[in-house]
Amino acid sequence: MWGSPPGVKRTVNFITSILAVVSKDVRSELRTRYAMNALLMFVVTSVATILFALRDDDVSTEVLSGMFWVVIFFTAMSGLSRIFISEEERGTTMTLQLVASPSVVYLGKLIFNAGLTLALSSAVTLLYLIAFPAFIIKSMEIFTITIFLGSLGFAAAATIIAAIIAKASTKGTLYPVLSFPILIPLLMTVMKSTARALDGELFTAALGEFQVLVSYLMIMVAGSYLLFDYVWKE
Amino acid sequence: MKIIKYLSIACITCVIVAGIAIPMVPQPHSWLEFPVIPGLEDKARNIFFHVPVAWASVLGFLVALYYGFRYLRSKDLDDDLKSVSSAGLGTMFCVLATVTGSLWAKFNWGSFWNWDPRETSIFILLLIYGAYFALRSALGSDEVRARLSAVYSILAGLTAPFFIFIMPRIVGGLHPGAKGDTAGSTPVAQLHMSPNMRFIFFMGIIGFSLLFVWLLNMRIRVARIEYHLSKNEN
Repeated sequence: MWGSPPGVKRTVNFITSILAVVSKDVRSELRTRYAMNALLMFVVTSVATILFALRDDDVSTEVLSGMFWVVIFFTAMSGLSRIFISEEERGTTMTLQLVASPSVVYLGKLIFNAGLTLALSSAVTLLYLIAFPAFIIKSMEIFTITIFLGSLGFAAAATIIAAIIAKASTKGTLYPVLSFPILIPLLMTVMKSTARALDGELFTAALGEFQVLVSYLMIMVAGSYLLFDYVWKE
Repeated sequence: MKIIKYLSIACITCVIVAGIAIPMVPQPHSWLEFPVIPGLEDKARNIFFHVPVAWASVLGFLVALYYGFRYLRSKDLDDDLKSVSSAGLGTMFCVLATVTGSLWAKFNWGSFWNWDPRETSIFILLLIYGAYFALRSALGSDEVRARLSAVYSILAGLTAPFFIFIMPRIVGGLHPGAKGDTAGSTPVAQLHMSPNMRFIFFMGIIGFSLLFVWLLNMRIRVARIEYHLSKNEN
């Protein structure tokens, strides 16, 4: 009645600051289009390379789903680290540390990276549907949920590693090296369940994989949320 | 430390002598005879060396993780020295476990590497150790290096349950103790071990653990001296 209670107010403040971080990143991205262009060109070149290799072959669904996630992995590795490296390069890290709390920064960056990864995997899906006649999604539910949970899990792991890597001297090469061991459980699971979707298996067959994906996502977000303070603060 | 040193030497000597010398017979009658395990025969002797070494490599990672966690709490660089010493030892044991396992796989499964889930997990552990040291070498100041490598080891530790407990269960494998193996489904392969084999086996586990403690203690002392020497030079 007379203004909201302090708890609600704090939550609203928290969410608006997160959205402010996201909109700041979106705006600076739209200004240069660095990540978007780089990612798009990377996707096109890697899919073209795979097409050259597999042009006339009758490829199995396992190979197709493996190739699908290989493209997403390496594309994500070339673009997702920008989110923190750009702050270091422009020298804006200190400002961000002053104006926002670490958890706000982390969640904002996570949301931005999640959006980027989702857009990326949709673009790869679209290209695959056009380029490979054998890439037919027979089970739409499994595929959609796999892409959604997989991208979110990817973004969760990639964001905290990007924060670590921004402080290192060899940023570009170290990023996939650090991310790969962390992402292997996720990659193996999404590859398997994408193959299930291409084979047109029943929804219940992929439930085990979804459980793994959900728990991976939760562990990664919770863990990085707690650890981010130590990475971010000098 | 002297007691630990002599105990570990005694244990490992006993394991080497007993593990190699005790004959394997179809119907064991006395304490100095092992039963023949079908499908493994004399190759089963590897369990006295391979499993304790693999255990020590996991121990090295856990201790590194523990001291990494301690460092984040205390900001005491001595904890970081302990963490990196333990990670270095863990890497050595991890390489030994990979080599002994791979040699065994050549004679038991026909090739050095089969991407069995357990081979995959030891490969990931090797990758994590590699990434950990690559990250450390890319970071400049002592504090930043200690902080970020601690965060990375915790992050890598978070994904460990996936490839230790979940992956070997959902992916069928060849390794004793895998999903299809009726012998057991615990992380440590519960082979058809007779009581005397089990005794030697646990003696090996204890012996290699003590060896780890002794070597770790030595490495930490050396690391402290090196640290102080480098401080004095500057």
